[in-house]
Amino acid sequence: MFELSPTEWTAIQLSLRVAAVATLVATPLGIAIAWLLARRDFWGKAVVDALIHLPLVLPPVVTGYLLLLTFGRRGLIGAWLADHLGIVFAFRWTGAALACGIMSFPLLVRPIRLSIEAVDRRLEQAAGTLGAAPWRVFTTVTLPLALPGVLAGMVLGFAKAIGEFGATITFVSNIPGETQTISSAIYSLIQTPDGDTAALRLVVVSVVIAMAALVASEWFARRALRRLHGN
Amino acid sequence: MLRVDVSRQLGEFSIEASFSSEGRVTGLFGASGAGKTSLINMIAGLLRPDRGSIIIDGETLDDTAARVHIPAHRRRIGYVFQDARLFPHLDVRQNLDYGRRMNRLADDPAQRARVTDLLDIGRLLDRRPGQLSGGERQRVALGRALLSKPRLLLLDEPLGSLDEGRKVEILPYLVRLRDEANVPMVYVSHDAAEMRQLATQIVMLRHGQVTAFGGVKVLSAPVSPA
Repeated sequence: MFELSPTEWTAIQLSLRVAAVATLVATPLGIAIAWLLARRDFWGKAVVDALIHLPLVLPPVVTGYLLLLTFGRRGLIGAWLADHLGIVFAFRWTGAALACGIMSFPLLVRPIRLSIEAVDRRLEQAAGTLGAAPWRVFTTVTLPLALPGVLAGMVLGFAKAIGEFGATITFVSNIPGETQTISSAIYSLIQTPDGDTAALRLVVVSVVIAMAALVASEWFARRALRRLHGN
Repeated sequence: MLRVDVSRQLGEFSIEASFSSEGRVTGLFGASGAGKTSLINMIAGLLRPDRGSIIIDGETLDDTAARVHIPAHRRRIGYVFQDARLFPHLDVRQNLDYGRRMNRLADDPAQRARVTDLLDIGRLLDRRPGQLSGGERQRVALGRALLSKPRLLLLDEPLGSLDEGRKVEILPYLVRLRDEANVPMVYVSHDAAEMRQLATQIVMLRHGQVTAFGGVKVLSAPVSPA
């Protein structure tokens, strides 16, 4: 009953890889955007904010279809990337990572933004008077103080990426060994006669991963508070 | 030599101040709301004047006519804030070392020892700011500013957030700093007694304007604090 089949293992490993790559690539971008939203006023800020949150409110199938239109083999960006850089997203695990990265981006950015907003700007000023250029103020004061929030965002983003289904299956389909993540494997199993037990096993796995992520995220958030109080 | 001639509008409030000082400790004296902090924020480069110039030892830091504005991190002006503003994620040793690292100065153990002795903070080096008392925090902030080797040190009511007992504890350190550290200072306070003990020259500020300038004796002139 609790023995995982090779197909199930493959799906779990693929999910972990897709979610890890999506999170690692999205994090630097997420930090940059979180900082912009937290610390700068610029024209079109509301639009950027809305765009980031769009995947949260759009039907995932719509996001997936839009990805197919832009990053598919004949898509505007997809064709260019394939021709010039040899990067193909359509029906590859990289496409799954892209879909997961975009779907989890709002969850990744939010805790980072909040933790950057919580950093006392007067500390940044103090760093400036001690000779730190703006970039070094960011790396030596703002980012270290916001670090627990960054980690919390990464954990949340990772958990979301692991569970992503709609956009992924629309964009890259459900190919075992290439794009079949835990979610799409469960979906296939439910459609198969006698697939219930296997589906249940994968359900347990995804519940465990999600719970672990939430606990870890909470732990990072609590650390953040302690760090800001300087103990 | 510090020459300041600036004006700046802040909402309803406007600052128009002009003075030059060669004193070892220039005291900026005035009631709260007189514009003292805004004025030294301009000297530090944290606030940009609408008009005017700030010149230290012949170097222009601000000159609106010539569109010169040197950013705070290139001014080499130390700043001790009323609320210390130590970095909570660094221990005292790392806080003290921060300015040296940012200015890419060579390690100077002798200077570090001198400053930690002067301020009596040697036994605090491994602590985090959250584990320090208000007075200790302020002494570390003084040390941190000194060790960035500033050419001018700004002190914004460094005793302001301390109770009477703590003030008496810190004041001797400030006197030692004045006599031994060899860095000119601008000392902001609304406390005439502090000024008499520390300042060598006084700039009196009221409603954003300089109302008197001179030796410590201007403190005794009949003034009604706003």
